[in-house]
Amino acid sequence: MIEFYMAPLIGVFFTVAVYLILSRAVIQMLLGITILGNGVNLLIFTLGRITREVPPIVPQGLKQPLQDIANPLPQALILTAIVIGFALFTFLLILGYRAYQELDADDTNNMRLAEPTGKTKPPLSY
Amino acid sequence: MASHSVAQTEIELPAAMLELPTSVADWSIVFPVVIALMAGALLAMVRHSRGSQVGFSVLAVVAIIVIEIDLFFRVLENGPVAMTMGNWLPPFGISFVADVMSVGFALAAAVVTLVVLIYFQAEIVPRESRHGFYPLVMLLLAGVTGAFMTGDLFNLYVWFEVMLISSFGLLIIGGKKIQLDGAIKYGFLNFLATTFFLVGLGYLYGLIGTLNMADIVLIAPAAEPAAMTAIAAIFFLAFAMKAAAFPVNAWLPASYHTPDAAVSALFAGLLTKVGAYVLLRILVALLPEQRDVFDPLITAIAILTLIIAPLGAIAQTNLRRALGFFVIGGIGAILAGIAAPSVLGVAGATFYVFHAMLTMSAFYLVAGLVERVTQATDTRQMGGVYASNSLISIMFLILVFAAAGLPPFLGFWPKLLLTEAALQDADWWLAAAILINSILTTIAGTRLWAHIFWRNGREGKKSELSNDRLRELKAPEKTFALGASVALVLVIVVIGLRPNLIFDSSRVAASDLLQTENYIEAVGLELPTQANPTTGAPQ
Repeated sequence: MIEFYMAPLIGVFFTVAVYLILSRAVIQMLLGITILGNGVNLLIFTLGRITREVPPIVPQGLKQPLQDIANPLPQALILTAIVIGFALFTFLLILGYRAYQELDADDTNNMRLAEPTGKTKPPLSY
Repeated sequence: MASHSVAQTEIELPAAMLELPTSVADWSIVFPVVIALMAGALLAMVRHSRGSQVGFSVLAVVAIIVIEIDLFFRVLENGPVAMTMGNWLPPFGISFVADVMSVGFALAAAVVTLVVLIYFQAEIVPRESRHGFYPLVMLLLAGVTGAFMTGDLFNLYVWFEVMLISSFGLLIIGGKKIQLDGAIKYGFLNFLATTFFLVGLGYLYGLIGTLNMADIVLIAPAAEPAAMTAIAAIFFLAFAMKAAAFPVNAWLPASYHTPDAAVSALFAGLLTKVGAYVLLRILVALLPEQRDVFDPLITAIAILTLIIAPLGAIAQTNLRRALGFFVIGGIGAILAGIAAPSVLGVAGATFYVFHAMLTMSAFYLVAGLVERVTQATDTRQMGGVYASNSLISIMFLILVFAAAGLPPFLGFWPKLLLTEAALQDADWWLAAAILINSILTTIAGTRLWAHIFWRNGREGKKSELSNDRLRELKAPEKTFALGASVALVLVIVVIGLRPNLIFDSSRVAASDLLQTENYIEAVGLELPTQANPTTGAPQ
């Protein structure tokens, strides 16, 4: 039954994340990416079917557990995703800070070194 | 990696472990990835000694190339081979599968890496060698090779992240302001794409309870079609972003021109092609019914990418930014093969990936040479290179023709296959778009050539005077940068003149992708005729 409550919760996570990522401020985009990552982890957790308080342990001498158990695989997937997501988040955080120091810009509209705007025309001869 | 049903207490569970030890021949499937990972660790340890870094990295890449050539011919002759980790029986263990497509692409990636490593010897500033160029290149190669070889979708996600984090590192080596700017855009958008991939993975696991590719081929037809279509849509979005197809391509021209030319070349050869490969694998082999649903969308995106990308290249003044749009145009051609998935179309797409890996890397390497000679990155500041260095100008022109797909160069053959496939499929617009792409790419490329090489001086009043900023290549640049570029261009020309081996292997790769029996058998799962699938959703 808890899935019914998890689904809208994940929806809220995604909504907030999309709102933040659409912002132009790097720090808000970072927050959005983190929240999106957490929303995805919750999603995988819910899709792995939530089972309460039954550890996935096979009793000694048996080849399979006696009752329905919590599925350990989604948890392994989430653990991997958390570790990777955290590493990438850390990198992007430091990158954002370096960009703030060097480019003096937190607003992506002001980051125009790689993609200059303005009156540049294509090469006109030939 | 599947979660087979655990509830039925009556049935005897099948054995989950292999009893026999894995043979040495099977080990060679994982050797390329293992060597690249170990070399990456080793190179990080010896980062203070430049000589041993160069030596070890070249040695490791050569070893990987030798193993992959051996594996390629073995697979070409006998069909796909697989190895499952930790002696678990598939689909419980993570499988690595080598078929003609995956080994062929991995081989091309390793060749490109070797050329880039040699080219980089001319480029390097001593301070930067300690900052991890060599380990990051090896980890990038490990990620790319792993993504090509893996037979498990979650494992694919992990390899994607390995690729992503090492490409972040490579992108900002040097720490120039323009690199930070490019890296922000590259980083956020690519991280977002892999997160979408993870969303798709979560839904797929929740629906069919397995992430092993061979197992998905078996189970997917029985799953609920509407939900599978939604999952296919998420995957399509994620990998179209990774491959830089038209509406979601913004990160590529924003970032690929910012690092050193060698790093750009490595990215152009390796990164987007992995996205294209996964699109081929997922849409053509794993979820063909869902691909049919999206056929009009894929066709439209292929046409738009094919036409808009070279127009973008015409509008650019920055040389390597213009080349970024050529890379995107190539992705359109690969999508055209997915939009017309006959043996011809998929073979064309396979051939095109192979061609694009070599040609686009060579293009960026030659562009790096041009930037050295002219001491500028903007084509308006360039001019008169033909008179001072005709070898570079000839290589550039060959690559323009190869990228546009003019005979007898390498790009002609895949475009021939793709056009024929589009005509057979009665996709007239698609066939027209492939041809228009060739014309537009020729225009964009020859305009670049005319501006950089043909005219005397820079843009403006001085264009008739000779360019005073030109300089000669220094000795190490001649040996390493020019030498490596000439070698890669020669490979492209020779394969373009004798394309039979690639033709035949592309056809084998395509039929293996379309008829998945060989793949499933190699992984070790039972084919549907005998099997009675008991796999369901996880409990």
